[in-house]
Amino acid sequence: MLEVQNLSMRFGGLLAVDQVSLDVQEHEIVAIIGPNGAGKTTVFNCMSGFYKPTGGKILFEGREIQGKPDYKISRLGLVRTFQHVRLFGRMTVVENLLVAQHRHLNTNLLSGILKTPNYREREQKSLDRAAYWLNRVGLMDMANREAGNLAYGQQRRLEIARCMVTEPKLLMLDEPAAGLNPAETKDLNQLIISLKEDYNVSVVLIEHDMSLVMDISDRINVINQGRPLASGTPDEIRRNDDVIKAYLGEA
Amino acid sequence: MAAHNLKHALFCAIVTLVISYPILGFNLESQGTSVILEGAKTSTVIGVLLAAVIVFLFQLFRDNVMGSLRQLPAVNPLANRKPMEQSRRLKLESALLTLMVIGALIWPFIASRGAVDLATLVLIYIMLALGLNVVVGLAGLLDLGYVAFYAVGAYTFALLSQYYGVSFWFALPIGALLAALFGLVLGFPVLRLRGDYLAIVTLGFGEIIRILLNNMTSLTGGPNGIGGIPDPTLFGMEFGRRVKEEGNTSFHETFGIAYSSEHKVIFLYLIALVLAVITAIAIRRLMRMPVGRAWEALREDEIAAKSLGLSRTAVKLSAFTIGAFFAGFAGTVFASKQGFISPESFVFLESAIILAIVVLGGMGSQMGVILAAIAVTILPELAREFSEYRMLIFGAAMVLMMVWRPQGLMPMRRIHIELKPQE
Repeated sequence: MLEVQNLSMRFGGLLAVDQVSLDVQEHEIVAIIGPNGAGKTTVFNCMSGFYKPTGGKILFEGREIQGKPDYKISRLGLVRTFQHVRLFGRMTVVENLLVAQHRHLNTNLLSGILKTPNYREREQKSLDRAAYWLNRVGLMDMANREAGNLAYGQQRRLEIARCMVTEPKLLMLDEPAAGLNPAETKDLNQLIISLKEDYNVSVVLIEHDMSLVMDISDRINVINQGRPLASGTPDEIRRNDDVIKAYLGEA
Repeated sequence: MAAHNLKHALFCAIVTLVISYPILGFNLESQGTSVILEGAKTSTVIGVLLAAVIVFLFQLFRDNVMGSLRQLPAVNPLANRKPMEQSRRLKLESALLTLMVIGALIWPFIASRGAVDLATLVLIYIMLALGLNVVVGLAGLLDLGYVAFYAVGAYTFALLSQYYGVSFWFALPIGALLAALFGLVLGFPVLRLRGDYLAIVTLGFGEIIRILLNNMTSLTGGPNGIGGIPDPTLFGMEFGRRVKEEGNTSFHETFGIAYSSEHKVIFLYLIALVLAVITAIAIRRLMRMPVGRAWEALREDEIAAKSLGLSRTAVKLSAFTIGAFFAGFAGTVFASKQGFISPESFVFLESAIILAIVVLGGMGSQMGVILAAIAVTILPELAREFSEYRMLIFGAAMVLMMVWRPQGLMPMRRIHIELKPQE
């Protein structure tokens, strides 16, 4: 469903990403791992349209999307989260989820000002969807709190819920477990698997927490210094000598 | 008392002296053709010295003074009560608002002519501030040239009536739409700008419009302005003593009452009131619609908003356009109220005042902005004797607000959304 071919990204003299290829099939969780500064997030930024890659192709459901503006890519169903949580801090939790559904509520100004029945119906639907996902990530009690006041773990979950209400096909998570305690990581683990199993969403994630990566990934891509180092199933990666040398460390 | 307190207090006192003595302590007297410098009266000098001493003492004992101030029993008995329940508060609020509007409808018939005239001005400022609130408070785009759209609305009506004899009611939507178009046009070049840079460009835009109006003498009459702008009519009834336009009737003759110049003032007030209420309701609705939430999302985090599929272009342009639209409304009413407009009415100071209203009221809060508009417009009128110090008082009020209530008179409250529990 997503195919990245020979992606390169150059910032002036620095080649941050060099000939990286990866692919994501439907119903699959793919992890990207690598040491700090390896270029993982740059790959993400290229895929989500924040950067215009200097070389290579990105195909999403057969269509080339490299260089498209970010908001258009996300409308295709390719939605991401951020390494540092980016919520709309002074808006409430529900409002965060409603903003994300603007496309489901795509009505003209007049029908909204006049509150036509059609508009009300759509609004109710998006409220229901928001309620469903709040329930799903356990934030129902926080619905009318300002998002910026939530605990860090809750903010993380809210960010995922905010992506999910857009009904994406492919979810890109940038270090979703960063800053979470072991219990929270375990919950997250289950949440991500359920996204795949119950909602049929493919997931690409960048993560440093190896237990999470090894547990849930179907396949893993390792990047080192901007270059692809290895790819394969968790077991293959665990046994790969190059990966152990570069990243996992010798036990 | 620590030594640094003393040092600080001395420094403050000296600054007070340095600033105030040259300004207040000397007088320029003209003797024949030459101007000579004279020392001021002893009382002024003593006043300046006294001020310095007061500053010194206050700074010296600042910690004590502020500390004891804090220990005063809460002056406001309502400060510690529990927040009201959501549903009750909403009911109370809507009841209060309805009462206010009804009161505002009845009020002009008992108030004096001057008061009604001033109230019309207040309503115009409310419209302007509500419009700017969309741009600055909700979308977070600092617009220092907002008065340009106000000018576009006013000049649209003035020019249309002068050259084509268009009436108020036709000019009203045209003025608003043209202002909105200007908002759209300004929006394009500033799409990528934020914060200070945006402020500078919008400031420039405001000046461009004003200078253009000043210099296109053949069209706009330049600094002489445009006069003879007609009053609005009520279903073809004019409010003048004599009918100016063929085919119209006059208001007092139709109803068989004696002519009074107050009719016109009250009528204008009512028009402004209706338009202000429409503005408030429309923007209130917009705030709760996807487009309103998109404005706020863009203010909060542009990157996250884009990653969720919001188009920065569309969101920013819609904020500029809708904000400008209501400024156009206000401009048309203003032109009709004054009967005469010139570029003088649309200087940067106007933009600054409207922005000050929004900031004082509380960014994004409608009630706050309305209250601040009333306060900022009426207070200078009440304090006419101090008119020389108007800007000084204004500045001091702004500083005090920033110290004590940086979030504004009535900070924006989030809307509580009831969710149905899902299975």
